[in-house]
Amino acid sequence: MFESLSQKLELAFKKLRGQGRITPQNVEESLREVRRALLEADVNYRVAKQFIDSVQVRAVGQEVLSSVTPGQQIIKIIFDEMVQLLGNTRADIATASNPPTVILVAGLQGSGKTTFSAKLALHLKSKGRLPLLVAADVHRPAAIDQLETLGQQIEIPVYADRGAGAVKIAGDAVAFARKNIRDTIIVDTAGRLHVDEEMMREVEAVKAVLAPHEILFVVDSMTGQDAVTTAKAFHDRLNYDGIVLTKLDGDSRGGAALSIRAVVEKPIKFVGIGEKLDALEPFYPDRIASRILGMGDIVTLVEKAHQQIDVEKATRLEEKLRKSQFTFDDFLDQLREIRKMGPLSQIASMIPGLNRLPANAELDERGLVRVEAIIQSMTREERQRPAMINGSRRRRIALGSGTTVKDVSRLLKQFEEMQRMMKRLSKGNVRRTMQQMRFPTN
Amino acid sequence: MGFLDAVAKFRSGLARTRDSLMARVQQLAATHTRIDDETLEQLEEILLGADVGPATTTEILRRLKERARTEGFDSSDRLSELLKDEVARLLHVDGEPAPLPILPTSQRPLVIMVVGVNGVGKTTTIGKLAWQYRQAGKRVVIGAADTFRAAAKEQLDIWAQRAGAEIAGQSQSADPASVAFEALNTGVAHDADVVIVDTAGRLHTKLNLMEELKKIRRVMDKRLPGAPHEVLLVLDATTGQNGLQQVRMFTDAVQVTGLVLTKLDGTAKGGIVIAVSHDLGIPVRFIGVGEAIDDLQPFDRRAFIDALFDQSPSGGSSE
Ligand SMILES: Nc1nc2c(ncn2[C@@H]2O[C@H](COP(=O)(O)OP(=O)(O)OP(=O)(O)O)[C@@H](O)[C@H]2O)c(=O)[nH]1
Ligand SMILES: Nc1nc2c(ncn2[C@@H]2O[C@H](COP(=O)(O)OP(=O)(O)OP(=O)(O)O)[C@@H](O)[C@H]2O)c(=O)[nH]1
Ligand SMILES: [Mg+2]
Ligand SMILES: [Mg+2]
Repeated sequence: MFESLSQKLELAFKKLRGQGRITPQNVEESLREVRRALLEADVNYRVAKQFIDSVQVRAVGQEVLSSVTPGQQIIKIIFDEMVQLLGNTRADIATASNPPTVILVAGLQGSGKTTFSAKLALHLKSKGRLPLLVAADVHRPAAIDQLETLGQQIEIPVYADRGAGAVKIAGDAVAFARKNIRDTIIVDTAGRLHVDEEMMREVEAVKAVLAPHEILFVVDSMTGQDAVTTAKAFHDRLNYDGIVLTKLDGDSRGGAALSIRAVVEKPIKFVGIGEKLDALEPFYPDRIASRILGMGDIVTLVEKAHQQIDVEKATRLEEKLRKSQFTFDDFLDQLREIRKMGPLSQIASMIPGLNRLPANAELDERGLVRVEAIIQSMTREERQRPAMINGSRRRRIALGSGTTVKDVSRLLKQFEEMQRMMKRLSKGNVRRTMQQMRFPTN
Repeated sequence: MGFLDAVAKFRSGLARTRDSLMARVQQLAATHTRIDDETLEQLEEILLGADVGPATTTEILRRLKERARTEGFDSSDRLSELLKDEVARLLHVDGEPAPLPILPTSQRPLVIMVVGVNGVGKTTTIGKLAWQYRQAGKRVVIGAADTFRAAAKEQLDIWAQRAGAEIAGQSQSADPASVAFEALNTGVAHDADVVIVDTAGRLHTKLNLMEELKKIRRVMDKRLPGAPHEVLLVLDATTGQNGLQQVRMFTDAVQVTGLVLTKLDGTAKGGIVIAVSHDLGIPVRFIGVGEAIDDLQPFDRRAFIDALFDQSPSGGSSE
């Protein structure tokens, strides 16, 4: 269902070929497809409309380039526009000049606040900070137990006061942090609906007593049209500083990210990609953009458009492939390019056909790191002519890369298979096939 | 809180947020005597904004157009009637709304398995459901087969206590299938009417976790052939188009028999169930309208659609 957008666009844009210029008339059909894709991705319908309008404005009047297909040309405009709207600068969280830094976490029920609080604490701890988690959810059954359990798992203290109200807990926690030399306080609050006046007043009161340096609004990435309403309502009440998008490890398209950015001018600062406490990442607008557009190969397409600049390199690679001179150096190049696109599990989930693989089964990130290490431990000559890598060379490479001889042998074998496969590729399909192939990992 | 209060709460919750949908429809009909493009566009926005999704919205509008053409409409009432009717057709229901899954005398205990993605309200719904069965004088055993989430057991303990239900699975086993097995054992041994099994939230894309869910189901069937008799999938009303995929994948894995639509007390409209029902024919059984123990109601299609489209809180009837 998803991969068809690019095909539809290609089809719709075929007509554009030889037309010279993009006009409102000749892009209309294609933009309708884009709009539908955005709606399927849960982009709010009003936001989708605005977005399409702005793309049209940018596209109309442009010359149809000969080097790329008109479809690719428009996709690039759409992609760039979306990345820009999503916020192309990385935003960090605030640090108080006079500790403790106080971070308040808020959002709807079940969005992932408590889990995120623990993830953030772990993240900050790994950077040498001394966080304190504060259990200020006095409403949900066993909310305090949940945070205490998570705190134990990551060995970070949790401040709790059973029986006290959220405001008192928050106030006391600051004093507690000062006394116990914790430099960062992360306050987990109860889930609440933006239309629940009493609960919204509670969180305002918590904010007032904390005077936080950073307020983060946590949203489930599976949220639909309502995202704009809630994000705005929480913003009106709390004026939060940043957004956290959770549960991106699923297959939701994450259009809520775009919707929210369109109604509040606050950066998305983190994304949650799993239930485990290390499943936290910074936000990469380009990844979300390709995800929202719903095309596994959108990045490829966009890259293709860019790639025209580097035709020479591509031609050279193709040449090599046909002559089956594809070397470990080329492989390393490709590997790095692919890794730039994001974590493998996420890429895999976007590639048609690969998205049904068991999570992380074939595409374990560490496996890739290992592959890279092995290749780096080869000499230049070995990379060019893998056939020369005999037993003693294998031992040396294993030692150098901190892997085993078995790992090295497996990679060599897989590489050989890959070379064979490459040889069979027809010209022009090279990059795509590279990405649809199973990567030789551990 | 009585049932009528609950209905009033539900309605006011919906009415507050339903954006005076019908008011807009009526306004449209007043200024237009036939369904022109502008009217359609505005209806489209209304449906899209309720998370009905582009495909189902197109389908509803196509049917509406068709009927307006053949049957004609002369008043605003008629247009809203047609619209509601078309939505109702897509929203399948299994007969009349039943307050609780019917307790077949042949199956005792009745076994209900509750599944869904993370944080949608499974555990809370189980607390509410257990309470309803207890109100009806039934003996309830709950299985705490979420052995993963931090303090999931503690949370369920509190709900069980509030509801007056018994919690099985004291052994603190880390294997959810054996907890489920144990829950059925307890249910049989203690002569329970109903056994409800909570499961850990999981994204439908995680194959290993879906396999685990299948195993839980298999083990229950082994212990009590035919169990679970109901598999309820909990959907969060704020969920967008991903809801369809959730229902598909969970149904593939464990044969979902009914949906629970939670968090309808917010501003989200839960329109995805229309697409789900249309595509997969799985009925909505309950709706969640708050965090209190009595905030669970049987799904009533008419009340749902009325509340979705009506601007006045008194409009629509769920009696
Ligand atoms: N797959 C996945 N699950 C997540 C992620 N973040 C949180 N969860 C899960 O989502 C569920 C809800 O998370 P919580 O952290 O309890 O959510 P909350 O916002 O604190 O919930 P309330 O306090 O009840 O409002 C739990 O099952 C978490 O394990 C994520 O990034 N990916
Ligand atoms: N407003 C509102 N909140 C609800 C409703 N149902 C559940 N919640 C809240 O949603 C949050 C998550 O509920 P849980 O019952 O823990 O959800 P779960 O599906 O069991 O979560 P996991 O086990 O972590 O996957 C809690 O804060 C509940 O109080 C509802 O109908 N309305
Ligand atoms: Mg919480
Ligand atoms: Mg639960």
